Amino acid sequence: MATAELSLQHEFHDYTLRSPFRASWQKVMMWVFIVVDALTFGSLLVSYGFTRVSIGTWANPAHVFALHIGGKEIPLLLIAIMTFILVSSSGTMALAVANAYERNKKRTVLFLTLTMLLGLTFVGCQVYEWTHLITHGTRPWWNPYGPPQFGAYFFTLTGFHGMHVLSGVLYLAIVARMVANGTLDRRGSYQLVEIAGLYWHFVDLIWVFIFTMFYLF
Amino acid sequence: MDQPIAHAEAAVDAHHHEPQSFWTKYVFSQDHKVIAMQYMITALVMGFIGMVMSWIFRIQLAWPDHNLPFLRLLMPTNMESGTLQTPGYYMLVTMHGTIMVFFLLTAILTGGFGNFLIPLQVGARDMAFPYLNMLSYWFYFLSCVVITASLFVTTGAASAGWTSYPPLSALEKATPGSGLGQDLWLIAIALFIVASTMGSLNYVTTALNMRAKGMTLMRMPLTVWGIITAAMLGLFAFPALFAGAVLLLLDRHLGTSFFLPHLVVGGEHIVRNGGSPLLWQHLFWFLGHPEVYILILPAMGITSEVLSNGARKPIFGYKVMVGSIIAIAFLSFIVWGHHMFVSGMNPWLGFAFVITTLIIAVPSAIKTFNWLGTLWKGKIRFTTPMLFAIGFISTFVTGGLTGLFLGNSALDIPLHDTYFVVAHFHVVMGLSSVFGIFAGIYYWFPKMTGKMMNERWGKVHFWLTFIGSYGVFWTMHYLGFMGMPRRYYSYDSYQFLPPSMHTLQMVITISALIVGAAQLIFTLNFLLAWLRGKKAPNNPWQATTLEWQAATPPPHGNWGPVLPEVHRWPYDYSVPGASADFVPQTVPVEIEPSGEHHRVAAAVNGHGQTNGHGNGHHA
Repeated sequence: MATAELSLQHEFHDYTLRSPFRASWQKVMMWVFIVVDALTFGSLLVSYGFTRVSIGTWANPAHVFALHIGGKEIPLLLIAIMTFILVSSSGTMALAVANAYERNKKRTVLFLTLTMLLGLTFVGCQVYEWTHLITHGTRPWWNPYGPPQFGAYFFTLTGFHGMHVLSGVLYLAIVARMVANGTLDRRGSYQLVEIAGLYWHFVDLIWVFIFTMFYLF
Repeated sequence: MDQPIAHAEAAVDAHHHEPQSFWTKYVFSQDHKVIAMQYMITALVMGFIGMVMSWIFRIQLAWPDHNLPFLRLLMPTNMESGTLQTPGYYMLVTMHGTIMVFFLLTAILTGGFGNFLIPLQVGARDMAFPYLNMLSYWFYFLSCVVITASLFVTTGAASAGWTSYPPLSALEKATPGSGLGQDLWLIAIALFIVASTMGSLNYVTTALNMRAKGMTLMRMPLTVWGIITAAMLGLFAFPALFAGAVLLLLDRHLGTSFFLPHLVVGGEHIVRNGGSPLLWQHLFWFLGHPEVYILILPAMGITSEVLSNGARKPIFGYKVMVGSIIAIAFLSFIVWGHHMFVSGMNPWLGFAFVITTLIIAVPSAIKTFNWLGTLWKGKIRFTTPMLFAIGFISTFVTGGLTGLFLGNSALDIPLHDTYFVVAHFHVVMGLSSVFGIFAGIYYWFPKMTGKMMNERWGKVHFWLTFIGSYGVFWTMHYLGFMGMPRRYYSYDSYQFLPPSMHTLQMVITISALIVGAAQLIFTLNFLLAWLRGKKAPNNPWQATTLEWQAATPPPHGNWGPVLPEVHRWPYDYSVPGASADFVPQTVPVEIEPSGEHHRVAAAVNGHGQTNGHGNGHHA
């Protein structure tokens, strides 16, 4: 069995070298999956653009997503905070990956946990935002701010993205557990952390597009 | 930063422990060969259901409102009186299209052939992610269960056409089939997309990363090229339909108006406005067009492989074949508008789509030319797989030529709602892929099962299918040009259709039933051969590619202790100076000469044969 394992390890080594991208098959698959997921978000965003252009009128997001502080309306404040949180989580994720390659278990787990917490905070903000809009009467089929599609796309786009953040948190939790209990040490590689990082950065990047196209325009 | 030995432990677990129990060996198997057979058999069963549906509505078209009491058993909801009711007709047509396109053709070509051939032809032990591969099949199985179950819903299955255009598919009141049936349709499609995505991620990663030593990308058989390009198309095109399906479900149940403008239905104003049914059409066809190439590219690959083997000649213009596959795949993403010429599209935009559409004729024609070049002066063996491969070329050319008619918006607009379109897409994507699939099944059946299929009945199957199919679709082209509209449930009450056209409808139906009978011959041949067929030798077609070097049927892990090593391209047939008329890819060039490095010279030379100084000692 030991020899068989050795020869298999050899085969897997060859496979990475033979890849046109010089990357392991796990990483290649994550990249292809990211393209697929990007196209799914792309389809939703293009649909949103199509509908908004064909209707002609739209709600004013600066007004809808404003926070009232001390009687003054500050446009997009919550969204700015949410964006800051998510971008920061990309930073902590990068630190987790860097520490993973230094085989620093403790710090890897620490930064993964920070990333998860930031992700959860982001989703928490989203919950606040949804509650706010729903209590003001926004429904998938109607809203007080503009054409009904405004609410419909708001829930669809942010809901779909929020689900991605949540699954990302779950994914990172599994990876953190594997780091902590030594599974990755036994495998001899921390590449799994980097691959999870690819997904996390991708979800952050998608938010930048949603932020630009839905909230800023 | 890569650490390749990385996941060896997990991979050793996944790849190396041979499954022991019945359940892990045949049911929840992670072996790509078992999953391939599961995909193939499930898809063939679905295809059979789809075919029976076509018999029922073809009978209605030839003998309108004819009483067929036995059909009451098959379809209790829509056949109460023994004659097919209008909603039943639309339901059958919708389900026939959906089942054939997704659940038969897409599933068998990528899930069936992709699973079986990719690891074996590139020299891998299994797929990169065996567990994901198993999950892919079970999601597919679930989607088949959902779509089949929708047939038994009291309001009937979906009936808005396989394209499911809203508002027909978005409003419950629109048709009986727009009730629970339409929901199940959308759920089944979403499940299918999940299954197909998991499968395709595997196919692409495996072919890119897990090739055996010496198996460079440009030494992969064209079948692998066709399948992984189709997998890429699926990965990049299905997201649009997935997004569309989600939005349509929201329109149906959450009261959104993504696809619904303000409408008056049955004198009642519906409380929706601002949506556009055209958005669905764009999302659907952004998938829908690449989808036809998802079906045709693997069939093209299989055909190339079988033709080269049957003609005992290297494939003509290998590099150009690969280039054409990639060119077709790329172009398929920028032509979807040609399905929407009649939607009121701006003529200038239509013009752009006409141009991109007609450009696809170039790589398609190159491929056809190369197939003919491969046959030219070959020592052709007319085996059953070879007959089907030649049949593929015939139907592909026929369907491709009518594609040139329909790619022109000026001609498409009058022809779009006639039988001409029905005939065109059936020939070019339905028949051609089916011929490719049959070529593949007859060709690889010995490797899959270790048994040979009966050649005589195979040939009977081919000739009945070939002639019968032309009987169906040649006739349909005529009817279309004469103005026979599609989607009509009964034609006998329309004055503008002369009685002669009615006779042609009967010709179509009789031909269709003959083709159907031929598929029963195939089914029997398949089952009998598997149960008690002649034992297959290791390499019955004297082929060069890797899978024929494995044991028959290949064991778990495919290759025993040592992986094969590849020394040449996959088409070393009739190499001058070689001891046999084929040299397997595993034979070193020091032992037998190779035609690999003379490909360019041969192509320039004009007749594709590796002539002259045939030794490949210089690398």
